[in-house]
Amino acid sequence: MHRFANPARFLRLSTLLLPWSAGATVVLLIVGLYLSLFGSPPDYQQGDTVRIMYIHVPAAWMSLFVYTNMAAAAAAGLVWKHPLADLFAKAAAPIGAGFTLVCLVTGSLWGAPMWGTWWVWDARLTSVLILFFLYLGYMALVNAFDDPQRGTRAGNVLLLVGIVNVPIIKFSVDWWNTLHQPSSVIKMGGPSIDSSMLIPLLVMAGAFTSYFIAVVILRLRTEIAHRKIQTLRFSVAGDGATG
Amino acid sequence: MNRFLRLVGRDLRLALRQGSDATIAVMFFVLCVVLFPFGVGPEPNILARIAPGVIWVAALLASLLSLERLFQTDYEDGSLELMSLTALPLEAVVLAKTLAHWLVTGLPLIAAAPLLAVLLNMDGAGFGVLVLTLAIGTPILSLIGAIGAALTLGARRGGVLLSLLILPLYIPVLIFGAGAIDAAINGLTPRPHLLLLAGILAAALPLAPWAGAAALRQAVE
Repeated sequence: MHRFANPARFLRLSTLLLPWSAGATVVLLIVGLYLSLFGSPPDYQQGDTVRIMYIHVPAAWMSLFVYTNMAAAAAAGLVWKHPLADLFAKAAAPIGAGFTLVCLVTGSLWGAPMWGTWWVWDARLTSVLILFFLYLGYMALVNAFDDPQRGTRAGNVLLLVGIVNVPIIKFSVDWWNTLHQPSSVIKMGGPSIDSSMLIPLLVMAGAFTSYFIAVVILRLRTEIAHRKIQTLRFSVAGDGATG
Repeated sequence: MNRFLRLVGRDLRLALRQGSDATIAVMFFVLCVVLFPFGVGPEPNILARIAPGVIWVAALLASLLSLERLFQTDYEDGSLELMSLTALPLEAVVLAKTLAHWLVTGLPLIAAAPLLAVLLNMDGAGFGVLVLTLAIGTPILSLIGAIGAALTLGARRGGVLLSLLILPLYIPVLIFGAGAIDAAINGLTPRPHLLLLAGILAAALPLAPWAGAAALRQAVE
């Protein structure tokens, strides 16, 4: 991990990775969307509404996946003062918030015909809403300081505090009797959904993951370039002042 | 321990001599609750139904009020840096200041709550549980709030940011606090809610000063 603390090494690696992850996103998204919209059967109870799930479930996975990654990066940033880890958390936050919003909105759209309501205050929905607020709070906190270092460090502590919410989201459907159905893919004894639905779901999950990787690399590169420009500006200003 | 108590005593003396924090929190608490009969109408049944939630939400907001200044004044006049240099660990400093904050703003809320419950026509069965939940819950609010206060130290628009960060984390406390009172009023046992609330307190008591101290170190560095 410490190998990548050097931004130059990261930049070289990322130029290698970026086209692959971007290409994988496009291919997987096209295949996944075709499979989920046309190539899979409608559900016997939900009819065609089930197709919302191929967006909703991967988005929900990603919202947790991104947050967990950000928290791990935050820990690395605080413990080893790893410069890229700080930047990673900052770069990933808007993407994670986007996934969470997609998850909430698609869930709501699915709930309207299926549960007969746009929103219920059950444990899963409430805890995901809190996750969304945590993302927003993190982004607001990071940008609230004049010194960007201070902002990312404060944000790191907040990310680690907010990690208590992740297991609550994951197990909320098991701990409480809620309207939201329990997990049917990741559970003991294998998935309980048919492979004709499981495959499009996994393809979509792959597409979302590679999308995340591609965008986070892009954002990290932008951030590094931004820092470089700032340093150059400061040094030019410094030269002007002394010379 | 002696240093710890001295720090609590110092903060209490400061708060009592300046005098405004405690009274402002309680006045805000009372006014906030009193607004509800005007907003939803003076129908006693409706007020009795929503009383636990209203009192708890008002208590949350009231405890937020003075949080911004928990470390702010000490940070600005430099005493926070001195405190971080003393033999007392920074975690203990955070705990001491949080304790003082709770004694100044939390305790008066607990004392005022039964009066507000009468105003809202709350069922008599809930009074004991109301005081109990607030007694367990308000320390949690101060502890979680201390993390937020430490994080937003020196930030632009710190106060607004503080509420944005802290209010989502307050939600579990609100759910179990109001849930316990509702259970007691409806003739069920409030025990599970109270146990969960106490569990949150037991987790927050060691973890929150730790996180708060980590955040303070970033600020005074």
